[in-house]
Parts: sequence; structure tokens; C-alpha cells
Amino acid sequence: MKIDFELNGQAVSVEAAPMARLLDVLREDLRATGSKEGCGEGECGACTVLIEGRAVNACLVPTVQVAGHKVLTVEGLAQDDRLHPVQTAFLKYGGAQCGICTPGFLVAAAELLAEHPSPTRLQVREALAGNLCRCTGYQKIVDAVVAALSGEVEPAGAPGDADLDRASRTC
Amino acid sequence: MHIGRDIVRIDGHAKVTGAARYVDDVRPDDCLYAATVRSTIAHGRIVSIDQDPAFDWSDVTLATAKDVPGENVVALMTDDQPVLADGVVRHVAEPVALVAAPTRDKALAAVRHVRVTYAPLDPLFDPEASEGSATRIFGEDNVFSRITIDHGDARGALAAGGTVIEGTYRVGLQEQLYIEPQGMIAIPRADGGMTLFGSMQCPYYIVKALTRVLGHDKLNVVQAATGGGFGGKEEYPSMVAAHAATLAVKTGKPVKLIYRRDEDLRATTKRHPAIMHYRTAVDPDTGKLLAADIRLLFDGGAYNTLSPVVLSRGVIHAMGPYACPNVRVEGRMVATHTPPNGAFRGFGAPQVMFAAERHMDRIARTLGRDPLELRRINLYRDGDVTPTGQRLHDVGGAEVVERAMAACEAPLPPSMHGTRPGGGGSAGRRAPGRGVAIAWHGCGFTGNGEAALKGKADVALEGDRVVVYTASTDIGQGTDTIFPSIVADVLGIDVERVRNADHDTGLVPDSGPTVASRTAMVVGQVVKRGAEKLLDALRAEVGGGPDDSFDALRAKRKTDAPLRVQSQYEDQGAIWDATTYQGEAYPTYGWSCVVVDLDVDLDTGEVLYRRLVQATDVGKALNPVLCSGQLEGGALQGLGYATCEEVVLDDQHGMINNRLTNYIIPTSLDAPEMVTELVEIPFEFGPFGAKGIGEIPHDVPAAAVAQAIEAAAGVVLDVLPMTPERVMTALEAKGPGRDA
Repeated sequence: MKIDFELNGQAVSVEAAPMARLLDVLREDLRATGSKEGCGEGECGACTVLIEGRAVNACLVPTVQVAGHKVLTVEGLAQDDRLHPVQTAFLKYGGAQCGICTPGFLVAAAELLAEHPSPTRLQVREALAGNLCRCTGYQKIVDAVVAALSGEVEPAGAPGDADLDRASRTC
Repeated sequence: MHIGRDIVRIDGHAKVTGAARYVDDVRPDDCLYAATVRSTIAHGRIVSIDQDPAFDWSDVTLATAKDVPGENVVALMTDDQPVLADGVVRHVAEPVALVAAPTRDKALAAVRHVRVTYAPLDPLFDPEASEGSATRIFGEDNVFSRITIDHGDARGALAAGGTVIEGTYRVGLQEQLYIEPQGMIAIPRADGGMTLFGSMQCPYYIVKALTRVLGHDKLNVVQAATGGGFGGKEEYPSMVAAHAATLAVKTGKPVKLIYRRDEDLRATTKRHPAIMHYRTAVDPDTGKLLAADIRLLFDGGAYNTLSPVVLSRGVIHAMGPYACPNVRVEGRMVATHTPPNGAFRGFGAPQVMFAAERHMDRIARTLGRDPLELRRINLYRDGDVTPTGQRLHDVGGAEVVERAMAACEAPLPPSMHGTRPGGGGSAGRRAPGRGVAIAWHGCGFTGNGEAALKGKADVALEGDRVVVYTASTDIGQGTDTIFPSIVADVLGIDVERVRNADHDTGLVPDSGPTVASRTAMVVGQVVKRGAEKLLDALRAEVGGGPDDSFDALRAKRKTDAPLRVQSQYEDQGAIWDATTYQGEAYPTYGWSCVVVDLDVDLDTGEVLYRRLVQATDVGKALNPVLCSGQLEGGALQGLGYATCEEVVLDDQHGMINNRLTNYIIPTSLDAPEMVTELVEIPFEFGPFGAKGIGEIPHDVPAAAVAQAIEAAAGVVLDVLPMTPERVMTALEAKGPGRDA
């Protein structure tokens, strides 16, 4: 069936089985491959996306459920090439290593940022407990999210932070 | 300068925006999807492989052993492991056949319609019964390798006096659990060659293996962005590549093979289980170790893989970081009908160092000494001699202990009664405990491995930029940032002008595998020398002076042609005898002290982590944020090894908890807050003094946890993992006086 929804601010229309996993539609049909598959059963959180601002595992969502709704993936976090504060904080604090879990963590952290202006470290750990990382031990991820939420990290491109400015232009 | 600063990782922007291309993000035109038919029994003869006639096979290709284009072998150390089982299966989940289909779903459906008939044979699962068993798995006696270190006269000294203390320690399997499952794409080329693109640590391993599988060497292997490895993508990707390539040859089309998580858990290599017996003599008055007689038994599984090298690292590290004049270590690596075990961060060391540290605790308990004091008495110092006869230099042992203890909250704060992190769980009785453990870890290959390999790196001036060509992959640890930082500092230019070339064997020389805590330390030094050679070559080309800057020299060039130089590992003359296991086992060692603060829930046996402090001698922190990040990630894997990660094998010895719902790795709520102290005692031959750091953080967190549980609850656990069930059983055995 034809399913219409909004992906990262753009109207999209896909021809898909209603029960097709949202993750497959995003990755295979729409070629938005930022969301990753680590387990396919909602345990690892690498496929975390926001539906109407709520973090969900896209591997568990039938695509028909997003018809008419707004979906945000990691590709939609940066605005006009200006990184989201959580992305900038991940760069500065070393929140990304191999990077495969990073999109899911960023999306989950973006939800937290939108809902809780000043969480404790423990609340950050709770908010991210649905996302598995095997590289960092979570310390630098928590550091990054706390810094991003406290406003300690300026968006990339801010004057005076040459390394981050460079990072935003490399690759 | 970039070295010593927190340069933002060069691949960071692509990783935080979702632009980085992992293997499953790439879909060549006309690509087929592959899946693997796996053995359902542990040992048996394959009677027949049939296609279900009720299934639509019109667009499906099936491949069996006879379709392997060249030799049916995954070439590594020995040629015992086939690409596809031919006649006999030796473990559950062994690859038997392959299918390729236009969609992933069709390929998975086809697997279910391949009917394999087996004639079962008796399986052998018990490693203690393996050697010499009538059930033959490998060679003459089922022993993959046997290594003995004999230094001084251990047995004589044990008979001569002192307090003799004996203990046995057991550790189970552990899964690497990279978050990105194994995956590879094989792309047939118009020239008859093949390109392999995928998730990997060691591109040249795949070149070596696929040259045999394909029967030609017209191939290049290209690393995709790789979602974690930890050793799990050292040798196993050769198998995945061989499968994709076999189907690509048969179909003539690109073939993509991505493992599902349940399949990855069931089929791929894990950390070796081990049974380790320690018998030591100690001077009861001084606490000094007098002699040790150590027997190690490692279970390699059904095929050899890299097991002899794992055993090698195990026997060399078995004594822990403690001086002892008389040491005998006998190690055996045996075969069983279980999935083959292989490389995993630490590579034999985490097993033996759990045993060595638990044994120190046993000695302390027996002598009534403080465990940390006992360790300090015996800890290696500069000039001490190891069981292989190596005289140690730049030893960071004492300093990491002092730094770690200084960073602790002292004394241990009272238990957080009823306040489980996150607020869930019972408000039960909690007992706080602190444990301290110390690691040493040899950096780089063992013995003369580096000298034999002669790892190479090219550094090239291309326009106004500099490109570093190595086969050393970035699997998250930061190689694509570290090498450019090294080169930028040698040349005196901004790191923005330096990048690593794609890790494509068509472009890069063989720098050796990305393993063994060797990439930054060993290959990094080759890269540094390459940058120096480039500067020399440029100076010679333009007739520049010794004070001319890189850019001043470059401005004098009369050509825009690239200028590329090659550098290779320079032998430092290590003396090593692989038959006696005597000599300089490693170029240098890293040192680490780990302190774990935790609570034991006395009603459930759960361990709740509060804080982990590690002080680690890294030689030189080339990029502190990357360095401490790698150490923290390794420490958390060590805590998973300690208490929650258990591979459960069923009576046919396949993994039955092969999902992330029941193979439990730590989450952000399980992980403690971490304090990471970087100690810098430079290594002369490492770039800017750097030592290897990749593996050491995994070595002793589990031992620190065991000691902390003992301190908290008065129970002694000498087995990994220390699951709530095992802790509870120990608490119950202790009886009603169990309240700490």
C-alpha cells in the first residue's frame, strides 16, 4: 500500500506492505541508512528514531503506524549544515568511537534534550539505557549529553573552537 | 602540535550525521543477498543436501562445498577449517551450504528449505577429556598447541619450603558483541577479479584466505566503516568473505552477506573458556613469591583458528605482574566439538590474569595479609626478570597503583541502601565492597613477530595534502585520526591536510593486522618514520636546507607529481626463542591498576557497580580523549565478563541464549561512573613514547570485581561470570551469618 509520512521535515510517499518494518523502509526504500540494525528485536537501540518526538526502535515499528506522522532520524538532526548540540558534544567529548550505535544515541539524546532541560547524570543514563554501546563504556556519551544539555557545548561553527569547526567540515 | 591534544576524530562528522558508510549501507546494482545453511548437530557425517521441491528455487542459487572455486579452506595458521563443511560437520552452526537470492527475505526462506541429512557421530564437549580421546577432532591427539615456560626450578622450589597455596580458576566464553554484525559484499570485476568490501580489522588476512579460496590473487579487499571488532573481526571476516565470494563466482553478480544477530552469536568466534590451576610457594614472613607451577587448559573449539597464539599470550601473562624466581607454566589448547573460539581483546590474557589475581587474593587470605600490600610487595619493578627471562624496562606498575589509589574516594562510602540506579529493583540489603587488581600487558606481537612481519606504511605528498597508506583499520579506536596527527606533527602542518587513504589492499601496503595493541605503537612508529622519510625525500628533491619548513620545501618543487615513500618496521634486535619460550616476549608492556567500588545485593546476588577507577601507563596519550575512551570501553567489557555475560551452550553445544534479550551486555545504567588516569612512562620505540592500550583495560576488571564481592559479602568466587545465581549460591552456602 501507499504510505505517506514526513521524514526529517520532507513529505515522503512509499509503496510498502503495511507491516514492513519502518527500519527497512527507511534504509532500503528511502535510502536513509543512518539508522542501523544491530539486533532486529528492539534491544540495542541502533535503529532509534523519533516518531512525533518519541524515541522508538524502528525495527519494531510497522510502517503503516507512521502514516501521517513525523519521523526524525539522525539525518534530520542537523539544520542547514549546523550540527545539533548533541552531535557537537559527541564530537568534542568522544561520544562516538566505531559509530554504529551513535545515530541511535543521538536521536535518544535529542528527545531527552527536548523534554528535560537539566537532567542529572543518572537521568541521562536512564534515558539512554535502551541504547547499547560496546566501545565507550558510556562515560563519554553521558559526558557529551550532559554537556550538550547544559549548554556547555556551542553548536559547531561557533567562533573560537577551531577543532570542532574543522570537524564539521571534514569528511 | 596535535599529539597529546584532543583532536576531534576525523571520521567523527560522518559518524554523527549518519553519513558514514558501513557495509550494510551499501547496495551495489543488481546485488544478490546471501544466507548460510548451518549444521544443527555438533558432530556427524553429511549424508545428503537436498532442495525442498515444494519451494520456488527459480531465482535462488545454492552453493555447497563443491562450489568453492579454489581450495575449500579458510587459510589462517593451519588448513583445518573448511569454507563449507565437506562430508563432516564438527560443531553446531558450522556452514554447510549457501544461498543467494534477489531479496534478503527470499534468501532466508530458501535456507529453511534446504534439507540436510546427517548421520550423527559421538561429540566431544569436555576439554578435560579431549587430549588423547578416541573421538578425534584435530591432529593425532586433539591438542592444537602446547607451550611450556620453565624458568628457574619451580618444582624444586615448591618442594623446598614456604607456604604452598593451590587454587583452580575457571572462566567461560565471552562474545565480542560488536554492535554491527559481521558483513561482506563480494563484487565480481570485469577483469575476472573480485572486490571484497566489508566490516573487518585485517584486510590482508582476507587477501591471504581468498587467494586460496578463489585460486587467484586478482582481488582487492576494502574496509567499510566498521562497527566495532574487539578481535571478533580479526579472522572471522575471512569466512564471511569466502562465502560471499563463492556465491559471487557462481552467480556472476555482487553478493551481500550480512549476519543476523542470532546467527552472529551462534556461529562466530568467542573468547576461549579456560581451566587454570595455580600452585605457588610464598615466604610467609615477607610475602614474597618463591615459586609457581601453573597449568592452563584452554578450549579452542572445533578448529584451530588463532588459538595457538591465544595460548601463547596466555602462558606469558600467566604469572600476572609479579616477580617470581621459579616459574613453570604448562599450557594446552585442545579441541572440542563446539564453535571455534578466536581473537577477543586481551587474547588469552584476561583469562589468566583473572586466575593470577584471584590467586594473589587466595595467598593474601591464607597468610592473613592485605591483598594490595601483597601485590605491592611482589609487583614488577625496572630491572626485574619475567618468566621468559626478559629484563623489564619502563615499568609503570608502582606508579599506576599509586595514581589509582589516589583517585579513589577513600574510604569507600556507605552503601546506597534502596537507591538502585534508575530507581527500579528491590530496596534490599546492600553490602558495599572495593576491589583492586593490577594488570600488565605485552604490547605488539610476541617475540620476533614484528621483525618477521616487517609492517609497512607509505606516506605521500599529493598536491598540498599528505596521504598515509596503511592496512591498519579504524574500528572505532581512532587510527584514522592518530596516524594523521603523528604525520602532521612530524611535518609541522595542520592535521586537516593529512588523511589516511582508504584501507584498500589495492592501494595500501601490508602494515600487519589491526590487533595485539600494536597499531598506534608499532605501525604508528612506522608511519612516523615514513613522515620523516618524506621530509628527507622532499629536501633531497629540491636541494633544501635542514631548517626549511615542509611548505617551504614544497614551494620549491618543480613538479606536481605525488611524492611517495615507504617505511617499514625497524628491528630492535629482540632475542626470542620460540622453542624454549625464553627471551624478550614483547617490545614493552602496559601497566594498569583497576579499582572497582560496588554493592552486592544480599537478597538477589546482583552486583551493582558504583565507580571504576583505572590508572593506566599508556606511554604517551597521543589523543587523550580517544585514549581514555578506549580504556573505559575496555573496562566495561571487563565488567560484563565479570558478572553478566554468559554464553549458554545446550546439550548439543550450540549457543541457546543467542539474542540480545538473553546474552546481557552492560547498559548505561549498569555501567559505573569511571575515572581514568593516564600515566605516561614513555617507550623508547613508540611514536612520541606511546605504548599499546587496546587490550589492557579488559584484563583485570573481573578480578577487581571478585575481590570486591569478597570484601562486601564474604564469599569467594573463582569462576567467571559471577552471575547473580552464582553469587546467590555462594551466599546461601555461606549460611545464615551471611550479612556482611
